[in-house]
Amino acid sequence: MNILEIEHCRKQFDGNEVLTDISLTVSEGQVVSIIGPSGSGKSTLLRCATLLETMDGGSLRYLGKSAVRDEGGKSVYASAAELKEIRSCFGLVFQNFNLFPHYSVLKNITEPPMLIQKRDRTEVLETARDLLEKMGLADKADAYPYQLSGGQQQRVSIARALAMKPKMLFFDEPTSALDPELTGEILKVIRALAAEHMTMVIVTHEMAFARDVSDHVIFMDGGVIVEQGDPHAIINNPSHDRTIQFLSRFN
Amino acid sequence: MTLTAMIAKMSEGLGRTCAIFFLTLLFSLPLGLLVALLRMSKNRLVSTVTRAIISFLRGTPLMLQLIAVAYGPFYLFGATLLVKQKLLAIIIAFSLNYAAYFAEIYRGGIESMPVGQYEAAAVLGYSRTQTFMRIILPQVVKRILPSVTNEVITLVKDTSMAFTLAYMEMFSIGKQIATSQSSFLPFVIAGVFYYLMNSVVAFAMSRCEKSLGYYR
Repeated sequence: MNILEIEHCRKQFDGNEVLTDISLTVSEGQVVSIIGPSGSGKSTLLRCATLLETMDGGSLRYLGKSAVRDEGGKSVYASAAELKEIRSCFGLVFQNFNLFPHYSVLKNITEPPMLIQKRDRTEVLETARDLLEKMGLADKADAYPYQLSGGQQQRVSIARALAMKPKMLFFDEPTSALDPELTGEILKVIRALAAEHMTMVIVTHEMAFARDVSDHVIFMDGGVIVEQGDPHAIINNPSHDRTIQFLSRFN
Repeated sequence: MTLTAMIAKMSEGLGRTCAIFFLTLLFSLPLGLLVALLRMSKNRLVSTVTRAIISFLRGTPLMLQLIAVAYGPFYLFGATLLVKQKLLAIIIAFSLNYAAYFAEIYRGGIESMPVGQYEAAAVLGYSRTQTFMRIILPQVVKRILPSVTNEVITLVKDTSMAFTLAYMEMFSIGKQIATSQSSFLPFVIAGVFYYLMNSVVAFAMSRCEKSLGYYR
């Protein structure tokens, strides 16, 4: 079953085309990594998929439900109520965490499910405790974000996203703000999620990680998908000149 | 007239001084937030008109605004001013004037919030109102508290401007005593009163800041 379907996505910023005709399908349990140089449009694609950015053309569907449909090359968005429902299908983990600094770790995780999804308080608290346990942060429930390391904050933000019980998770360069040691912490968590068959789309600069954890790798440059396919094939033996050049330092 | 008699007489006006102070805060703090939101409106007409009003309120003396609110209706409609209406005129003029200053403080605070906070809330499904009330505003309050303290301290001293309308608060009474007794002492007493009131304000505001100090 397809969780996410993007077709012919186009996006311009002030006349500059940053995404040109991007199509992407993610099926249940699939882990897709998007790699590519800065400014290639990876993050913009993620932001279009998570409705943080509006696309100019193309369509977007989650679980077959249409969030954006294409009418004669122009994107038309669904109603606010429909989009609200569709938003609960996915979670997003940011590069710089974006935890709510005035909430404790526990409240960061429990408020959204209780407030937005109107879920039962006892059930949400139990879910949150389980997630914190899983993230190795059981003793940090009452701490505030500023008291945590970057790696711990990122694990809280993953727990916050998971508490909404999303069908899939997006990661936007989840380790780019972290030092190598803390990066390892986060990659371990994402690996564990992959082992549980969590559907994920990961924008990353960690090539070895992308190769090992993904089912599918996409290389983007200049707003287009240059090459995509099997992770080992793409990262170890790229065929396109631009991909070879980009990965030359890694290989 | 003895010193204690002067202090006793002037103290009778403290209730009115406090009335101006608290009523102005009560109305200008929420009004300032509303004005800030209008000022930041995406509608160009709304934001331009709001900006012009703020510019006028900040660019002309409070005393002038006080006189305009108090006597404007008389010149326009021939209405006369009663004592109760004096307080009303003062509260209207003060609230509008302070709302303009508070609006710019709120705006600075709101605009200083990182966009990531809005985005995190949006992805989690928070509505615009929920995002503002639960995520943005609480953090803005913490950020603007020192600037708000400044304005509140100024407000304590500005209450003395009510003497323009001969509204018998503490300072107006003092001024009257000073004239009738040919004494400078009432002004010294008024200075001490204001200083004491502001010490309380400064203490209360630093308590507020401390209570918001649990996060960064």
